[in-house]
Amino acid sequence: MDIAVEKKQTEAVGAKKRSRWRADYPLHLMVLPGLLIVLVYHYLPTVGIVMAFQEYSPAKGFFRSEWVGWEHFEYIFKLPDFKSALYNTFFIATMKIVAGQVVPIFIAILLNEVGKTYFKRTVQTLIYLPHFLSWVILAGILTDILSINYGIVNQIIQSLGLEPIYFLGDNNWFPYTIVMTDLWKDFGWGTIIFLAAITGINPNLYEAAVVDGANRWKQTLHITLPGMMPIIALTATLSLGNVLNAGFDQIFNLYSPMVYKSGDIIDTLVYRIGLVDAQFSVGAAVGLFKSLVSFVLITVSYALAYKYLRYRIF
Amino acid sequence: MNDISWSRRSFLIANYLFLGGLAVLCIMPMVHVLAISFSSSTAAEGNMVKLLPVDFTLNAYRFALTKPEFLNSFTITAQRMLLGVSMNLLMTILIAYPLAKESHAFKWRNFYVWAFVLTMLFGGGLIPTYMIVNMTGLIDSIWALVLPGAVPVFNVVLLLNFFRTLPKELEEAAYIDGASHLRTLWHVYLPLSKPALATITLFISVGHWNEWFHGILYMNSPAHYPLSSYLQNMVVMPNSDLLSSTDYEAIAKINQRTLKAAQIFLAALPILLLYPFLQKYFVKGIVLGSVKE
Repeated sequence: MDIAVEKKQTEAVGAKKRSRWRADYPLHLMVLPGLLIVLVYHYLPTVGIVMAFQEYSPAKGFFRSEWVGWEHFEYIFKLPDFKSALYNTFFIATMKIVAGQVVPIFIAILLNEVGKTYFKRTVQTLIYLPHFLSWVILAGILTDILSINYGIVNQIIQSLGLEPIYFLGDNNWFPYTIVMTDLWKDFGWGTIIFLAAITGINPNLYEAAVVDGANRWKQTLHITLPGMMPIIALTATLSLGNVLNAGFDQIFNLYSPMVYKSGDIIDTLVYRIGLVDAQFSVGAAVGLFKSLVSFVLITVSYALAYKYLRYRIF
Repeated sequence: MNDISWSRRSFLIANYLFLGGLAVLCIMPMVHVLAISFSSSTAAEGNMVKLLPVDFTLNAYRFALTKPEFLNSFTITAQRMLLGVSMNLLMTILIAYPLAKESHAFKWRNFYVWAFVLTMLFGGGLIPTYMIVNMTGLIDSIWALVLPGAVPVFNVVLLLNFFRTLPKELEEAAYIDGASHLRTLWHVYLPLSKPALATITLFISVGHWNEWFHGILYMNSPAHYPLSSYLQNMVVMPNSDLLSSTDYEAIAKINQRTLKAAQIFLAALPILLLYPFLQKYFVKGIVLGSVKE
């Protein structure tokens, strides 16, 4: 074997690598700052989740805190607060997912029937609005109108001769108040994607249906709805990842100790255990439990969407 | 088509009434609380306010706007917006450009894409993140509101997808003319991406304006709260000590309810002013991001 040839080859490979590096290094440099930030503020905490298996103390840090194994997990699985939070999370999130799918589909179909553009625009403008306001602002508004003492909603209820309802303080009402107010914030926003889907339906289909004697209702049933199906299937599949997201921002701003029984969710429990009570490791353990389950759910939902609906995010 | 059937006509009337009613119902809560903010405290206390102000007055606003805590938190929010929005935008642009390359043109592309996208799927969660923010010394500093969230991965994906729709020939032409990557990004990509950039800027501005939890979480002293966190503290957990004893005279004229209402609308005002743009661009953005191809 000729050594000179081999040497030449490796030199050529080396030169190619060098020139690739020369061409690419600005690209690496562009990514670098962002990568560092993500590394420190995202991947480090991901590693720091080991604290769920430690008796973490900020003074000792992640390396010198004492290891306790599964102790915190055994503790939380026996904790009644955790069980009820898990149930509440699941219950509220599932109701939100279902309502957040069905109502926007329904409204999108009705909006599509509106012929007058200015009317449609006005309705859209008004129903999208709450989406842009934060839960702090909306909670400020809701605690006023839903107040049992002076809220306008209860004034109306009482003027109808009914008993006032403690929407934010009664465990029988609280979860439904959460679902309804969440719907208020986001149903309008949810119609956008379905309206886009309706716009994408081939108009020839409707013409053919008219020739076949189908009325508007039949057209909706046999053309509009099937035409929306791919998007409905996609949003439904992706919403699977939200089964443990009951909405921290909303509940944190609307709940009170009175409704912990029906309204405390995993995220609010993590906050109270981990930061208010300063049981850092127990809080981290509850958080890890949620992250793991959510990770599995999101991965499964994306895999399903990819496999059956050919959906990719990038 | 001027002879529509009776059933169709009655459906249309019902549909207009229903949608119109729904839309009005949606903003009724805002209108009611807005009316309270402009009403006198006696009218508010006596539950006389419905949808229009009673005994119109600006007292609540006057009081809110002269409160040093309110003004202070507003300054902090302004700083946060300046720092946070420019940082987010810079990161989005700098990361989206290399990642928009095909993987044969930039070999590490797929690795980097996964490094960023994985952060959307899994993270350490609240407590470990808090510990890292604490360890890096950001507690009680404005950087705690800016740095940990400096890379908005969702927007990176949005811009990346937008860059990929631009014709390849432009980039090749720039390359043949000897333009560096930075020049190509600055002179070719960015001018063509103005609509996408406007959308993203609005996204992140609204995000920073509305974000309240990090303020509560990372600031030990309410003096460091941005407006949204101040409002959260004030409105959602009314704290009597926020109204100091020297305010007795003012309290006679306004009450907690009108003051709360006024502060809610002061905080919502920028969003409401931006709303026409928000609606237009956000709708574009959501369609751009979700039903591509």
